[in-house]
Amino acid sequence: MNVHEFQAKSLFAQFGVPVPRGKEITSPEDATAWANELNTPVFVVKAQIHAGGRGKAGGVKITKDKGAVAGFAKELIGKTLVTHQTGPKGRQVHRLLMEEGANIAKELYLSILVDRDTGWPTFIASTEGGMEIEEVAAHTPEKIIKEAIDPAVGFQGHNGRNVAFALGLQNIEPAAINPFVKMLGNLYRLFMEKDAALVEINPLIITKEKGLIALDGKVSFDDNGLFKHEDVQKMRDLNEEDPLEIEATANNLNYVKLDGNIGCMVNGAGLAMATMDVIKLAGSEPANFLDVGGGATKETVAAGFRILLKDPNVKGIFINIFGGIVRCERIAHGVIEAAKEVKITVPLVVRLQGTNAEEGRKLLAESGLKLDVADDLWEAAQKIVKLTGKAA
Amino acid sequence: MSILVNKNTRVVVQGITGKEGSFHATQCKAYGTKVVAGVTPGKAGQEVEGIPVFNTVADAVKKTECDTSLIFVPPPFCADAILEAADAGVKLIICITEGIPVNDMVKVKRALRGRDVRLVGPNCPGVITVDEAKIGIMPGFIHKKGVVGVVSRSGTLTYEAVHQLSTLGLGETTCVGIGGDPVNGTGFVDVLPLFEKDPETQAIVMIGEIGGDAEEKAAEFIKKNVKKPVISFIAGITAPPGRRMGHAGAIISGGKGTAAEKMKTLEAAGVKVVKNPAEIGAAVKQALGR
Repeated sequence: MNVHEFQAKSLFAQFGVPVPRGKEITSPEDATAWANELNTPVFVVKAQIHAGGRGKAGGVKITKDKGAVAGFAKELIGKTLVTHQTGPKGRQVHRLLMEEGANIAKELYLSILVDRDTGWPTFIASTEGGMEIEEVAAHTPEKIIKEAIDPAVGFQGHNGRNVAFALGLQNIEPAAINPFVKMLGNLYRLFMEKDAALVEINPLIITKEKGLIALDGKVSFDDNGLFKHEDVQKMRDLNEEDPLEIEATANNLNYVKLDGNIGCMVNGAGLAMATMDVIKLAGSEPANFLDVGGGATKETVAAGFRILLKDPNVKGIFINIFGGIVRCERIAHGVIEAAKEVKITVPLVVRLQGTNAEEGRKLLAESGLKLDVADDLWEAAQKIVKLTGKAA
Repeated sequence: MSILVNKNTRVVVQGITGKEGSFHATQCKAYGTKVVAGVTPGKAGQEVEGIPVFNTVADAVKKTECDTSLIFVPPPFCADAILEAADAGVKLIICITEGIPVNDMVKVKRALRGRDVRLVGPNCPGVITVDEAKIGIMPGFIHKKGVVGVVSRSGTLTYEAVHQLSTLGLGETTCVGIGGDPVNGTGFVDVLPLFEKDPETQAIVMIGEIGGDAEEKAAEFIKKNVKKPVISFIAGITAPPGRRMGHAGAIISGGKGTAAEKMKTLEAAGVKVVKNPAEIGAAVKQALGR
């Protein structure tokens, strides 16, 4: 789960990581009121969406004029921002962060995540602050500093010093070394205690006053760890999620919307991905990833149909079930029952294999429903592609 | 011969009185697996299908000499359950549970380091040695005794591959589900050498997916150490970057971990990569010259 910058910064503050004074703003009136309270030479107004590249898309405004902030708020709230991370449709802005400006002397990059190779939380730092870290890694890998933290003992001072000296802070600003080491310790605590998946500060700045400030902040959380953290759950912003994905989550379905036109419903994540791949091989494109999980029932199948059919791009549906513990004849019953409740308006191919597959196929064939039954994966994929026409 | 588990493996099921635990303990036992104990704290003295239940894994080990644990404990308590099994002296821990927080697994993996214990999973279907021991949730009947070792990050996709191998008459030796989580106990590189050494295994099927670099590391290992034919499928060529595809570990992040990149690296290491998951079995058959 991702959160907004203003939420990330409130967590930073909670864990002793310095951030600019700032506040969430949802109206021009809010903006004026907060500007009066903030009383700073430079005001920064930043659109809050779950995507990077806001500055280039016009989502960040900087002004010395207190009177101008209400106008910026009016302009940004409700505006749709298109950045390289939002896709062509962009994201509508519902809230802003307004904060004090800072005197930047140097920009750094800092993040922490679990290195999947070692299984250890690992800091990534670079002197190339403000840049896309993937770009830095691709073009100047020597500028990427990594420091793994032993989870058995947690963050130690030397971990912080290793990063500080590798960055050359002794040459850039010696006064920043100690606060920097302390900041890394605090970020490690935040990362572990809140079950974060990524904490990123880009840029982390050294100010002309020799202070360290997290000028931007991004935190994403491990969905599996959310149950421990009510405060984090409250940060979820449904405006940032696809409505179909929200409905899927409510039905315990794992759904990701894609751009093709063959809807698919599969049990198991790996098989669901493989099914998408087979659709492409057969000459079309999948409309989604949908894993109905191990305990697929009539209700989950019906919910799956409803979600798939709400996507106007879906021109056909491919159900691919490999029955293990889930028995295929129960899935077949589920499809038949669900088809009675949900009017299926597009071609449907059902492929059943595994436990009681034959009974399942027989039930479907005798149900009177307009559908094609298959037992082989490739045969099924070709059938649905033929029925819906190849992708343009 | 086989790898990891066989007819002598003695299994304790942690979380045996839960819905999943009791169902699968019964299924495993029916397959012929020696399920000798179950553990649910506070329920010692009960039985599940004739399997005695203990309060602690330590008690189960003392009374039944179980050497392998199969875990169905819910995610919030699962890290504790894995460490309990390790502390009790169990040598192989197979964790089925899906949804364990990554940072819990970070600590578990660190705690198990250097100890004489192997963790398979979490978020995996388990391990089966055909006709000897089924320790997991896979449907036993799709397996046929044969010559192919299977190692996979996925569940139902593994069943798909196994079904093809069985239907073509090739059969399997042992199938190992290593699970779909980003931090897990056993990787491809841990299982590949076991298959390479196993005299019954003639070919290896490796099923990967997007995310991480387990397949890349496997490719490096195969190039240097594996003589047997390896056939691979990587799921997720159509997956978009930055989106988690069901499995917590199945995500392309920072442009890394794409299926295309993994396929390329595996092919360069001499692995036969099939692009169509419906052709896994046929590719193995061809590789074995049958």
